[in-house]
Amino acid sequence: MSVFILTKPWMFRWLSYIGQLAILFGQVVYWACTPPFKPYRFLIQAKRVGPGSFLIAALVSFFIGMIIALQMAYLMVQLSAEIYIPNVIALSLTRELAPVLTALIVAGRVGAGITAEIGSMVVTEQVEALKAFAVNPVKYLVVPRFLALVIMLPVLTIFADIIGIYGGYIICVKKLGINGVMYWQMVCDALQLKDVATGLIKTIFFAIVIATVGCHQGLNVRGGADGVGNATTASVVRSFILIIMFDCAFTFIFYFLFKS
Amino acid sequence: MIEIRNLYKSFGGKQILNGMNLTVRRGETKVIIGRSGVGKSVLLKNIVGLIRPDAGSIKVNGVEVTNLEEREYNKIRMEIGFVFQGGALFDSMSVGENVAFVLNEFMDLDKKTVDDRVSDALALVGLKDVQELMPSQLSGGMRKRVSLARVLCMEPQIILYDEPTSEVDPITAAAINNLIIEMRDKLKVTSIVVTHDMNMAYKVADSIAMFYHGQVIADGSVDEIRHSKHPVVYQFIHGEAHGPITEDESLVFGHIIQKPNS
Repeated sequence: MSVFILTKPWMFRWLSYIGQLAILFGQVVYWACTPPFKPYRFLIQAKRVGPGSFLIAALVSFFIGMIIALQMAYLMVQLSAEIYIPNVIALSLTRELAPVLTALIVAGRVGAGITAEIGSMVVTEQVEALKAFAVNPVKYLVVPRFLALVIMLPVLTIFADIIGIYGGYIICVKKLGINGVMYWQMVCDALQLKDVATGLIKTIFFAIVIATVGCHQGLNVRGGADGVGNATTASVVRSFILIIMFDCAFTFIFYFLFKS
Repeated sequence: MIEIRNLYKSFGGKQILNGMNLTVRRGETKVIIGRSGVGKSVLLKNIVGLIRPDAGSIKVNGVEVTNLEEREYNKIRMEIGFVFQGGALFDSMSVGENVAFVLNEFMDLDKKTVDDRVSDALALVGLKDVQELMPSQLSGGMRKRVSLARVLCMEPQIILYDEPTSEVDPITAAAINNLIIEMRDKLKVTSIVVTHDMNMAYKVADSIAMFYHGQVIADGSVDEIRHSKHPVVYQFIHGEAHGPITEDESLVFGHIIQKPNS
């Protein structure tokens, strides 16, 4: 009981925060379905999220693929089961590592950028100017960023899956002596549609988290440059925590849903 | 016409507007003066709905706006232009895009018409060949003029100016003053101008209201204010360091307090 009382303010703050995110999410859905639609705003943001984050996501995924191959080799060679390394690489990347790592990279790069940009617009009265010109800031600022993330994060994750598996290929073929054709054969045998799909479904929710948290922090900046800095830090930290929490929840759900 | 009755607004327990009453007639230019922090900008933001009052009434062209929903308020906002203190230009857009913002958002005009209206609005504020520049490349005064051009493009019935001549050189300030007068005389625009610049106030105002402690303590024609014997008004318009305002705020200006020898 005493522990419950001690954690109550913390719980209240988090519940209140989640409630605010839910309200913003509801507003985004409403304004995304309300005309007029301006596709060019979405395209500008999509370019920032997709091509802008591709290189770093690809690099990280490539090296993660290599690392998994080497780490697995350490154990599998002892068991003379190195032929199964491609299966482990393919499954671990598509189901877990590529979606989560890509989401964390995008949260750090794009989510922080969104908070800083909207936050500096708040402190320089640009958001108030939008309202004064009868333009809804959620429709103008949040919706394009939200849609760009929801559409581009799964696309980035697909690339991260492929590049990560290719990273594993380099180690398996060049270092562990696994036949190249055999590698791809094992990857294809191991992967089922549900493995790729569960990974991609998660990324849609990660994108919702990154966009909602990033925009919420930005719109609620108080003070000057200091406020923008604090909001940007909070945006990254909260996105990371929520992404990992969502990942845990989805892994739990998918495990029981697809365990057969 | 703008009618404000018994308007109250507080922030964090500090009462900023304290039962304020103010009337601005159609086509009138009302200048609001007062110390920094007395709620002049807060009043403007209340009128345009950026801040909602705690209590009281604001009527814009006869419409009570304090309880309007955002969608309804937006119709009122389309009639009001707001020139922000710092310009509030959208820094991801060029000057041309900033000035054309309302045209591009709400009007289905061809590019040539938009470009022509942008050039005309910029020429009115004494700027040319700046359409391609970004706001970060402009001086403070130029930003303010672009902000004014952006509002002129809307062709509003009411313009709210938040310190339009701060940070601008005297020549530009005179040009902005002339523009405000021209807007009133030719287009019958109703204006509220918040300023500390008494030269500007005397030049552009049809009437001047002075804010003090969240209320209007004096409201009259330029001559009435200029010759007011009200001690608070007198101290403010003559820019004196000593008087009832500074005594009330327990401020002592212009004195070096010497520490007693130890």
